[in-house]
Amino acid sequence: MAAIIDIKDLTKTYEDRTVVDHLNLQIAEGEIFGLLGPNGAGKTTTLLMLTTLKPPTSGTALINGFDIKKQPDKVRKSIGIVFQEPSTDEILTGYENLKLHGWLYDMPDDLLKERLTDVLALVNLTDRKDDRVKKYSGGMRRRLELARGLMHHPKVLFLDEPTLGLDPQSRESLWQYIEKLAQEKNMTIILTTHYMDEADRLCDRLAIMDNGKIVILDTPKQLKANLGGDIVRLKAQHLDQELLKSLPYVKKISPCDGELCLTVENASSHLQEILSIVGKVDSVEVRIPTLDDVFLHYTGKAFKESDSQENWASGTMTAEANE
Amino acid sequence: MSELKGIYALWYREFKVFQRERSRVISSIINPLLWFFIIGGGLGTFVSFGAVGFQTFIFPGILIQIALFSAIFFGVYIVWDKKIDFMKEVLVAPMRRTSIFVGKILGGSTDTIIQTIFLIVIGVGLSFAGILQIHFTVLSILVTVAFLFVTTVGLCAIGLIIGSQMESPEGFQLIISFLIFPLFFLSGALFPITDQSGWLSAFILVNPVTYAVDGMRGVLIGGPTVRFSPWLDFLVITIFSAIMVAIGTYAFKKMKL
Repeated sequence: MAAIIDIKDLTKTYEDRTVVDHLNLQIAEGEIFGLLGPNGAGKTTTLLMLTTLKPPTSGTALINGFDIKKQPDKVRKSIGIVFQEPSTDEILTGYENLKLHGWLYDMPDDLLKERLTDVLALVNLTDRKDDRVKKYSGGMRRRLELARGLMHHPKVLFLDEPTLGLDPQSRESLWQYIEKLAQEKNMTIILTTHYMDEADRLCDRLAIMDNGKIVILDTPKQLKANLGGDIVRLKAQHLDQELLKSLPYVKKISPCDGELCLTVENASSHLQEILSIVGKVDSVEVRIPTLDDVFLHYTGKAFKESDSQENWASGTMTAEANE
Repeated sequence: MSELKGIYALWYREFKVFQRERSRVISSIINPLLWFFIIGGGLGTFVSFGAVGFQTFIFPGILIQIALFSAIFFGVYIVWDKKIDFMKEVLVAPMRRTSIFVGKILGGSTDTIIQTIFLIVIGVGLSFAGILQIHFTVLSILVTVAFLFVTTVGLCAIGLIIGSQMESPEGFQLIISFLIFPLFFLSGALFPITDQSGWLSAFILVNPVTYAVDGMRGVLIGGPTVRFSPWLDFLVITIFSAIMVAIGTYAFKKMKL
């Protein structure tokens, strides 16, 4: 498949700090691609550069064949964005917000009406279209923003934390919409997310960024397999880490939340042995790895802690000055 | 073509919001009326300039007061738009920043002009009743609205320039209050500028709003309190607004996110 996004040496520096460091990345058409990383990893800035809202210091990227530096207008026509912060006008109705979007994208009236009807039906907001957005719930508002991002049939859709603050039911339905889009319209979707279950569920491939670079890039399945085993979590008064390290099937030992996490090859058959070496333990837990473990492994930071402040949408207003 | 539709979209949004925010409409009408009846009425019992009463004299000044407060204050909405992501939604649309600026200006000017027209209607009524001595004709009203429109465009631009550089609505309000009051008090809105001399006079003459007030007063009232010809006034205020729009266009191009 041809790459619809081709990032070449994309770099952003602020005075003394390099926020995005010679990023190279190709994303195929129709792919759902996840961008994860701890706070300050540079994914914010990357998204802003890709959406032409911030100029790169050096390097560039092609989106749908258009250069983000030289043809920003054509890039903008090729992309749709759902921002993290609310970006609909709550004094206007849902319908008016969408109409406004159509006008901003210079859509002919007939097409505008047709697409409006389409996207409203897609996100199940047809019967609420004439209510002011102020009266919408968080989930409805999010769906409206998703509908709006789709109206001009972008080739690439950027979703920044699409389900942040939504209840489980809304999240599930939004995920279904996103999957449907990628499948039916062959739309390429780039998303950032806080939720590892979301990344696992939706993304064909994902990249973990740290310090402006991509640390690892693979399918969620492969990323988990790469860890090389299961996770054994131990809580005990005295733990002899050196002795544990000497065991051939223990791949990795790392502290987690005051306890000890071991990555163990084929944990179920070695658990007895580990426990006998460790001695008395307060608790023990064995599980197959999740993306949270992958994240911890590659960034050294637990996902929830590191990323809770991450907010590229609102942070960007001051980003230029602060970063 | 595409730019026009985008400009229309931005105007439409500002207009709808203005319509629906009743508090904005009501306060913008009540405020000038308070000035007109309390300051105008209170001082008017003791003060008169030339052949006309004080309330008649300050009528153009009150029109300008609406324009000043409403148009410059309009810039605060761009600070709010930046606080939520609505501004980004507009900025990633495939249209030029200049068009975004023009759409905003037209939206803000429409709000302001509607408010001034409301006061003009009251003025016409009071003139018929003999309370004011203003020459309202179709022509004088049209020229007045033209003055107001050109001035408002320039003032909206000032508000948007400041708003595009600010990050908090509070900061915005602080800055514009330092701007609005000198522009208002040193414009001849409340006293004649024909007899002023010395340092105050210099400030009055460099204040673009002076020419808007003087021009409207020339058209609506006339008499010895008018200093310049309306043509000169109109020329000055047009140049002022053109410069502000040029600076604003530049500020929008450089606006950081």
